[in-house]
Amino acid sequence: MGLLDKQFTDDNIIITKVEDVLNWARLSSLWQMGFGLACCAIEMMATSASHYDFDRFGVIPRPSPRQSDVIIISGTVTLKMAIRIKRLYEQMPDPKYVISMGSCSNCGGPYWEHGYHVLKGVDRVIPVDVYVPGCPPRPEALLEGLLKLQEKIRNESLVKKTA
Amino acid sequence: MPVKTEEMILNMGPQHPSTHGVLRLELLLEGEIIKGVKPHIGYLHRCFEKHAEAMTYPQVIPYVDRLDYLSSMYNEFGYVTAVEKLLGIEVPQRVEYIRVIMGELQRIASHLVAIGTYGADLGAFTPFLFAFRDREKILSLFEITCGARLLYNYIWIGGLSHDLHPDFVRLAREFIPYFRPKIKEMNDLLSYNKIFVERTANVGILPPETAINFGVSGPNLRGSGLKWDLRRNDPYSVYDKFDFNIPVGEGRMGTVGDCWDRYFVRILEMEESLKIIEQALDQLPEGDVTSAIPKRVKPPIGQVYARVENPRGELGYFIISDGSVNPFRVKVRAPSFISLSVMDELCRGHMIADVIAILGSIDIVLGEIDR
Repeated sequence: MGLLDKQFTDDNIIITKVEDVLNWARLSSLWQMGFGLACCAIEMMATSASHYDFDRFGVIPRPSPRQSDVIIISGTVTLKMAIRIKRLYEQMPDPKYVISMGSCSNCGGPYWEHGYHVLKGVDRVIPVDVYVPGCPPRPEALLEGLLKLQEKIRNESLVKKTA
Repeated sequence: MPVKTEEMILNMGPQHPSTHGVLRLELLLEGEIIKGVKPHIGYLHRCFEKHAEAMTYPQVIPYVDRLDYLSSMYNEFGYVTAVEKLLGIEVPQRVEYIRVIMGELQRIASHLVAIGTYGADLGAFTPFLFAFRDREKILSLFEITCGARLLYNYIWIGGLSHDLHPDFVRLAREFIPYFRPKIKEMNDLLSYNKIFVERTANVGILPPETAINFGVSGPNLRGSGLKWDLRRNDPYSVYDKFDFNIPVGEGRMGTVGDCWDRYFVRILEMEESLKIIEQALDQLPEGDVTSAIPKRVKPPIGQVYARVENPRGELGYFIISDGSVNPFRVKVRAPSFISLSVMDELCRGHMIADVIAILGSIDIVLGEIDR
């Protein structure tokens, strides 16, 4: 609502749809679960630190799954970790979103062939909304992934479930 | 009347904001006092040795990058040192100097993450932002050199993938006077901060004898007051040509070998790395960086062990060759793994909150521990 802020002298009303308000509120304060797995976690930290500043998009790291809206799977998911990730995802309250960051969590990445302990894609255990390619993705790529997720949330409907 | 207490087991991790990755610590507690710590690892086991078996020698380098992802340059440095020793090839002087410059820049970047996240673990978030601001400067230097920010594949067997960018020397020289005052800023902000000192001084004391018995190396060993640095004690590459000090823990805020000492050794080491970079830039010879790269890497049958001082300690590679293009085995001696094994000794008798302070001070990277 930045554009309309302090533009009117008297009290005013804005006519809009409930859906739009809810979606706008949801996409503007996506709280991220502060949870890193491997190399990509360092780039995720760099994204939320001073230079790239995730806060601009309303993304604040929360230490608990129960307070977060989006989980960024940042790194290689091993078989031992996969069940923990599934449990963490289940602990998050609805609506919840998943960004799969990096080749490893997209498809196994460089470990796809000989990685006997690597899950070939996190989408085998939890549903993924946005895939960010790269090994590791640059912070700009992660920001783009977040913008894509915001776009997706903007078009969501309360009545019918959109894919 | 003595109060009857029961021992309790508490799991810290694998999802915990302060375990520096996916590590589970099984804490044995009596009230809030730690009776024992059992680290459970393997949440990031990425089958490094299996991959090394299947790849050719140059193809292993990208996997080596991903072991200790905070100091990729130094992992490559160690690996190529071992393979070159096995092949018996001499690399041009310019290559050695560039490797040293990259390695020391990487050391600063790695220590900045260690310091920044350590502050964040103990409740001071601002140093984290300051550290990452300065780290971005180093990453941009790496980026103009090889195009990558985090995992480089830059140091190749017998040479480098690219020569330096024409602007590199100028930008690196500009970085040094930029960064020197930032170390002082970090000291004023965090190192001498009363709350920080209270949390870290006299906590997690590592006596020198215990450190030696466990095989701890790097800043953790030097924090206990031992002057042991492979760059000085077993010089490799061109490290014998530089003048630098080896900072050790002195117990300025408490006892020698406490968390504050280990933390402060890292601060002092950044200063020493700047000195090395400065000298290396002055002495940087001309030459071709790709001339010694072998067309086909096929070492003779044999085995080799080479070690370098990476930001976390002694990083060793043990390579067995069966005479083919694939290594028979690549075993990594990971400094973080050994630092983690000393956790139990360090934590006993402390409170739960101190576990975070101790874990942050030994600066582990799980990618290297689990491999």
